[in-house]
Amino acid sequence: MSRTVLEVQGVTKRFGGLVAVRDMRFDVTEHEVMGIIGPNGSGKSTMINMISGLFPPSEGSIRLKGAELAGLPAHKTARKGVGRTFQLVRLLPELSVVENVVAGAVFGHRRRWGKPAEAHARQLLERVGLGASIGLPISSLTYIDTKRVELARALAGDPEVLLLDEWLAGLNPTELATGIDLVRSLRDEGRTIILVEHVMDAIRSLCDRCVVMSSGAKIAEGTPAEVLSDAEVIRAYLGEDEDA
Amino acid sequence: MNAQEIGKVIPWALLLLAAAFVPVVFSPYWLSMATTMAMFVVLATSWALFSGPTHYISLATAAFFGVGTFVTGLGFQTLPFWMLPLIAAALGGILAALVGMVTLRLSGVYFVIFTLGLAELVRQLVTWVQNQTGQRGMYVLTSITERDIYWMLLGLAALVYLAGWLIGRSKLGFALRIIGNDETVARHVGIDTALAKVALFTIPGMAAAAVGAILAPRYIYIEPSTAFAPLLSFQVVIMALLGGTGRLWGPLAGVIPFTLLWEFITRQAPNQTLLLLGIVFLLIVYVLPGGFVGLWARIRRRFHQGGGA
Repeated sequence: MSRTVLEVQGVTKRFGGLVAVRDMRFDVTEHEVMGIIGPNGSGKSTMINMISGLFPPSEGSIRLKGAELAGLPAHKTARKGVGRTFQLVRLLPELSVVENVVAGAVFGHRRRWGKPAEAHARQLLERVGLGASIGLPISSLTYIDTKRVELARALAGDPEVLLLDEWLAGLNPTELATGIDLVRSLRDEGRTIILVEHVMDAIRSLCDRCVVMSSGAKIAEGTPAEVLSDAEVIRAYLGEDEDA
Repeated sequence: MNAQEIGKVIPWALLLLAAAFVPVVFSPYWLSMATTMAMFVVLATSWALFSGPTHYISLATAAFFGVGTFVTGLGFQTLPFWMLPLIAAALGGILAALVGMVTLRLSGVYFVIFTLGLAELVRQLVTWVQNQTGQRGMYVLTSITERDIYWMLLGLAALVYLAGWLIGRSKLGFALRIIGNDETVARHVGIDTALAKVALFTIPGMAAAAVGAILAPRYIYIEPSTAFAPLLSFQVVIMALLGGTGRLWGPLAGVIPFTLLWEFITRQAPNQTLLLLGIVFLLIVYVLPGGFVGLWARIRRRFHQGGGA
């Protein structure tokens, strides 16, 4: 039985005269990995930022298990069960690795505090493959390890839906394989994930379904194989003559 | 509280007890110095509780302090003295909450300027009211002695340390550290950042107003230009930064040497105090960026590395 976790309906975002996202609509069902893909500047990150409450949509509705998220500030969407990572990794440099993850466990969707929170954080750090570097200061982590810490922090509140904003970007080929395996293992444990991604290998091997955006609007939706062979999608990615 | 925590509290309790005997043991001159130190310990420590983790530099101390002195100035003849610091703290807390709600959305330099302007605003307001009513300054003539003032400030300092210790262990304290590191992350892990900041900003507001109320009898004559003197706000910032804001004991480590230094400067070079204050501030920023707390951490790290290798 699959049920809808997140419903996006008629969402539009204007920044002054610029329409960054126009009338987006899609559903995400439980235990599904949904990819949002599209060329640079197509509005993917804006879409993610509206779901996480970084800024409100100008119009439309975003529902998480029936509850309206549109217009709520980020701390409220987090408490309702939205967890996220950032396109440019954001860690808390003055805190330890464990504290960085505990931060995600204390105030969010499912709350823990004190020893249980710390045990939960350590367990998640093991889970994302950071067991060995757990005692290092944040400043001496490798790039993929900073991404792991951020992922563990996003998982720490047991979110209903996890938003990964280009989590695989910038990894070298070996790290990329590790990263894809890690996200796949999260899917296998039944998490619901929205993935904004440019890496085609990742999209093909991870996403159950994809929404393709171009110039702020949805131009295709379906399995990765379907959308990546769609004529309009190919034109959006490759068509130099469409917009210069 | 476990055994380890009790072990940490005992030296502090003993230090407090020893400090309580200062008026009995030392001369009036040193009692006066100790009173000044106790005053700045409360102001700088409560200031650092908020500004340390959030990195918001508040120059509002003088505003809250001045409000406190006027509470005593207006109320000492009609109310029992012990009520005045409580009323002042309540007013200071309310003022801080109001100011916090308006300004804590501002970041960095805007917040600094607003808080500096606040003291001036309140001062002008009080002056205007006094002009309207034909009043000038006020005499605060009480039977409160320097000893009483010192002991009250010491009690207040103990309260501030207790509050700081409790906040440090609380979710609020943890939330503030996250906010200080990255406010966007703080919001996305579920922290109501505006509420957390306003809640904590009331603490220095309450403490500074209470200090003002307790100290008013010491001044005997109070008027807006002295009660709201902006110099106080800067002194508090410099002392807290000299000590370091990362630890609860940091401001104390800044207050003691700075008060002695200030005494020396004002006696030896009364006309150059501001110049020397500026130089001290520059020295802190360039030589001791983390204050004594940072220095202590560096020494310990070096010691541990030396011992380990």
